[in-house]
Amino acid sequence: MSAIITAADTAHGSRPAGQAADLAVNRRVKVMQIWRARLLPWLLPVALILAWEFAAKVGWLSSRILPEPWAVARAAWSLALSGELWTHVRISAWRAISGFAAGGGLGLLLGLLTGTFKQAETLLDTSIQMIRNIPALALIPLVILWFGIDESSKLFLVSIGVFFPVYLNTFHGIRSVDKGLIEMAKSYGLSGWPLYRDVILPGALPSILVGVRFALGLVWVLLIVAETISAQAGIGYMTMNAREFLQTDVVLVGILLYALLGKLADILARLLERYWLRWHPGYQ
Amino acid sequence: MQIDPVENAEVNAAVQLNAGRGIGIRVRSVSKSYAGREVLKTLDVEIAAGEFVAIVGRSGCGKSTLLRLIAGLEQPGNGNIGFGARDDKPEIRIMFQDSRLLPWKRVLNNVGLGLPRASLASIRALTQVGLEDRASEWPAVLSGGQRQRVALARALVHDPELLLLDEPLGALDALTRIEMQQLIESLWKERGFTAVLVTHDVQEAIALADRVLLIEDGEITLDERISLPRPRARGNLAFAQLEERILARVLKHPAPQLDSALGDISLQRTVSQVGWAI
Repeated sequence: MSAIITAADTAHGSRPAGQAADLAVNRRVKVMQIWRARLLPWLLPVALILAWEFAAKVGWLSSRILPEPWAVARAAWSLALSGELWTHVRISAWRAISGFAAGGGLGLLLGLLTGTFKQAETLLDTSIQMIRNIPALALIPLVILWFGIDESSKLFLVSIGVFFPVYLNTFHGIRSVDKGLIEMAKSYGLSGWPLYRDVILPGALPSILVGVRFALGLVWVLLIVAETISAQAGIGYMTMNAREFLQTDVVLVGILLYALLGKLADILARLLERYWLRWHPGYQ
Repeated sequence: MQIDPVENAEVNAAVQLNAGRGIGIRVRSVSKSYAGREVLKTLDVEIAAGEFVAIVGRSGCGKSTLLRLIAGLEQPGNGNIGFGARDDKPEIRIMFQDSRLLPWKRVLNNVGLGLPRASLASIRALTQVGLEDRASEWPAVLSGGQRQRVALARALVHDPELLLLDEPLGALDALTRIEMQQLIESLWKERGFTAVLVTHDVQEAIALADRVLLIEDGEITLDERISLPRPRARGNLAFAQLEERILARVLKHPAPQLDSALGDISLQRTVSQVGWAI
């Protein structure tokens, strides 16, 4: 009996200390949860790389089919040291950026035009929709006939590919701006450019940015194809060249570079989205 | 109920005496039809400068259409609408059922919409509706009542001669609604603009308006002057009796049968708005 009382007493007496310990445990649990959320997405890739390395070491994979990750890293390192890597990345990135700027810019302009003016839509939209259904890659033979295999052929392919997603989403964005807001703004005396700047354009922006992100994904797809077909430089050229010499590790470096650059472009687009759409409940 | 034009003219004159910035409205044999269905049938109404008029009626009776015609958002099929003695366009502002704030502009910039240089007047208007501390928020984080208060500030910043209210409190909860009614009434008293309120809430109409108009099938069938002293207590016997009487009058008329072949007008408009996508 007395033992029970003492036990209860001590439990009672040590309550503040116990609470503090509880708090510390809580905090530790929370920190662990945060780290788990951060690390979990990387678990699968890391496990795959480990399995790959193991398979290569044990000899299940021939180095011609798939060299070990370590060899790929070494190849990347030596390419970076010789400066070859940077030349190719610079050229590819330049092609992607200028092609995206040309095609996306044109898509944005035409989308704004057809979205805003009914007559422009009547005049242009049918033709654009027809061209849209031609896969950009089907144009390759024609593009080579027109531009040869120099820079302009790659730019043309990339721009025509990114034109359509940007055009379509801009057009759709302009058309789906809340009519009530436009009516309100008009009744508050807004018209012309101020109406466009304050109401129509920001209203269309979420949709335009969806088009931009979609187009950014396409840029790399088109660029890979364009560069593997005909090029004297660029990541695609590097990988094709490596294939000739059976340098599978360099081919893998090229593929990983595309993945990395694509991810980088997507992060940039996401940052833009986060800034421009900071008013949007979905981004707060 | 018969409308007595002589008596009305006299009261109008009395109201006109203490008018501030308000402007009178003359609606002369105005009609309007959508897709062959007549929504308003040769409607005549005079609203005195500085008067607070409430328009009640069942949904689909044409009360919102009348308001949109006065606002100039739509053109009448026949007849005309005149304002005061002047020929130029008066300062008219409208408050909609949804606040229609621009979600990509902060509260202060929403209030200053259409002003060449916003800040000071906008802050003053925000202070009047009691939201000056939310000036730098995005509209998305405000509650429904706060959004309507911002919309009211946006309308007031232009110092309107005529304020049109298209069921602006319809979507608010009962307590917020009473607060907003008091706010609108006090601002109306202070500024002296003419106010036209469309509502389906008879109590709200009696609480706020000098005059209650009932529209049925596109015609004004009741023009009741409310002479209760302000501020009007809802528990008051005279208030309750008046409410009872007008509500009974509204309910006497059967709900308008929308032409089923045509469907709901508002629905048709929505479909035409998204028609490009189909």
